[in-house]
Amino acid sequence: MPSTTISSYDEMLDAEGNVRPAYAGYREWYEAQSPKWLEKQGKNAEDVFRRTGITFNVYGEDAGQERLIPFDMIPRIITADEWKKLSRGIDQRVRALNAFLHDLYHKREIVKAGKLPERLLAQNEAFLPEMVGFTPPGGVYTHIVGIDLVRTGPDDFMVLEDNARTPSGVSYMLENRETMMAMFPDLFTKVAVQPVSDYPRALARSLAACAPPAAQGSDRPVLAVLTPGIYNSAYYEHAFLADQMGAELVEAADLRVVDGRVCMRTTRGWRAIDVLYRRVDDNFLDPLTYNPDSMLGVAGIMDVYRSGGITIANAPGTGIADDKAIYSFMPEIVEFYTGEKPILKNVPTWRCSEADALAYVLDHLPELVVKEVHGSGGYGMLIGPTSSKGEIAAFEKKLRANPDNYIAQPTLSLSTVPIFTKAGLAPRHVDLRPFVLVSPHGINITPGGLTRVALKKGSLVVNSSQGGGTKDSWVLAE
Amino acid sequence: MLGRSAWGIFWMARYLERAENTARLLDAGFRMALTRGNTVASDEWRSVLVTLGMDDGYTGDMSGPAITNWLLRGAGNSGSVLSMMEAARTNARMVRTAITREVWEVTNESWMQLQSLLAKPVKEADLGHVLDVIRRQATSVRGAMEGTMLRNDIFNFARIGTHLERADNTARILDVKYHVLLPSAAWVGSRLDNAQWEMVLRSVAGERAFRWLHAGALDPKGIAQFLILDGRFPRSLTYCLRKLTSNMEWLCRDYHQETAAYRMQKEASDRLGKTTITDIFEHGLHEFITEFLATNRLVADAIAADYRFTE
Repeated sequence: MPSTTISSYDEMLDAEGNVRPAYAGYREWYEAQSPKWLEKQGKNAEDVFRRTGITFNVYGEDAGQERLIPFDMIPRIITADEWKKLSRGIDQRVRALNAFLHDLYHKREIVKAGKLPERLLAQNEAFLPEMVGFTPPGGVYTHIVGIDLVRTGPDDFMVLEDNARTPSGVSYMLENRETMMAMFPDLFTKVAVQPVSDYPRALARSLAACAPPAAQGSDRPVLAVLTPGIYNSAYYEHAFLADQMGAELVEAADLRVVDGRVCMRTTRGWRAIDVLYRRVDDNFLDPLTYNPDSMLGVAGIMDVYRSGGITIANAPGTGIADDKAIYSFMPEIVEFYTGEKPILKNVPTWRCSEADALAYVLDHLPELVVKEVHGSGGYGMLIGPTSSKGEIAAFEKKLRANPDNYIAQPTLSLSTVPIFTKAGLAPRHVDLRPFVLVSPHGINITPGGLTRVALKKGSLVVNSSQGGGTKDSWVLAE
Repeated sequence: MLGRSAWGIFWMARYLERAENTARLLDAGFRMALTRGNTVASDEWRSVLVTLGMDDGYTGDMSGPAITNWLLRGAGNSGSVLSMMEAARTNARMVRTAITREVWEVTNESWMQLQSLLAKPVKEADLGHVLDVIRRQATSVRGAMEGTMLRNDIFNFARIGTHLERADNTARILDVKYHVLLPSAAWVGSRLDNAQWEMVLRSVAGERAFRWLHAGALDPKGIAQFLILDGRFPRSLTYCLRKLTSNMEWLCRDYHQETAAYRMQKEASDRLGKTTITDIFEHGLHEFITEFLATNRLVADAIAADYRFTE
């Protein structure tokens, strides 16, 4: 695991060991608790998670096993002022993403203006020709976005990744808060934290506001969440969100196109769905249009979609915004569509498709992180500082063979937040994924988000599939 | 609601009921084995297997520990209590949005507890405890349903599953034991007989109710009447059919559609209401049960079709 030889920014303590203002209230409460009792509460929390079934399924070795994502009881705390600035930046970025997607599937002004090379679109699998010239209901492409942020200094939040396809993890944001409030009710009377519990209602409202023409202005459009099924790794979240929104949780086997609408088989017969929050990837969505072997989609849904019979959230074809080569152009994209300087910075990125950049990357592999442009979840990447010479050499071969497929970034010294250990508080690296809802009426950002934490000392990998945990994320009330 | 959800909740309820019934049968068999000789006991164990319809799949010996372990946790036995609790839990997970958090949690917890309780073979000394836990779990799930679920179609599908399964179970017990309840049996009144009757009552948790109603006297006709026709006893056939009819009637009313299954069910229930125990014995207890089970199956299939459980 990468170890932080360079000192990283600790969000609780400054260089002299003084508690920063964000954590003052919490620290005071914490000092008054007995460590034994806290440890017991931590165990209780785990039992609660197991009992409620807040699990994720593992693919591969222990296929079918349900695991818990470790939960750490020390909150990650952000002040109201820090959050204000962050949310302005997120708002700006998400507005730009939607404008970009619309442009991409229509006039491509950004390409014409010479701000984005056309080849990035032409050769991109996430680009869907079926979406060209079509505007999703309400003009919204990314109904739900997760922006992955990392922090490297007091005022330095950077965007590591945009998740415009099907961001997951929001159920953990909500359950972590519920668990904290159940474990430490008195804490929340001492420290005022902005609530997150409105998210499911906001999501339902936001989706309903994007109802398709076929819903004929109904004030209660029919919502459904499409899940691949109980063996999917995020099934818990799919069920949780459907439950919280009062929507049906449907699987492909429940759906069929009947009279030009996508319908679900109910005990009373076929019932049309207005808005489908799908947690199934684009290429599985419609076996007629995409992967013909897909058992997870609905034959003909794309035709219904294009004729205004259903809203699909997020819109098909938004995945292109997750592409890491596109990511590297986000500063230009933000400026092009908003006319403003980007508030949130990108992590410096070398595009290996460019000769100069590639030369630099090849010279500096041991200190860089190299990622596939279409990859996700921490797979298929090289973390230079922790890789052996052999691994680096092997990766170099792949990189030279297909440089367009890679970008590189410096190994960032992610900020740390303490976790609870038997030996006391210990700093660990974190990132933050705020959840953003987009509707025709505007953008809604839930204060906080999901903090992922690398539980191993010095590790920079926060992915739950690779031993990361989560924390409750607080934005303090003003 | 989704047809698949109706299907899921129906089976969740059936599996829970069946797991509980299996535990009760084991409890009765266990008690029989404790109080009678080995030969009698192994006959009892065989009849437990027959009642559950699992005598074909069982290849082990006819000893109590072997059979109880097979029925509780047998590897590859899809009818074991553990498998059924897992199936109930999988169904609950599938219909997670149709049940309340309480119902889900208590079902999930039961499964987790049972998994660890049945991780190793159950020793005879621990059997009583294990069976007790299973019965308590069933009671908790029922309590959570009764206390937290909306009285809508979802709830009615669950109840239909429960009552169908329960009626089936009582009928199967009667079917296997009908010979000990026949008035013509030569050895009526022997000590063995008393034990057999008590076993029948215990396996449907009816021993106390029966004693209370009949001032402690055990007689086969009385027991048959009690298990079939006493509408006050929640595991009698009459009780289950009445409940089933009213759950189905509720659905027909709510859906504004009277189904063929409901008419069939109503007719069966009304017919049973006019039947006396003498009628049943004259017609033949075994024949009566066979017809009863067949109607039950038809109704179950018709419900699945009427409410689009599958495509």
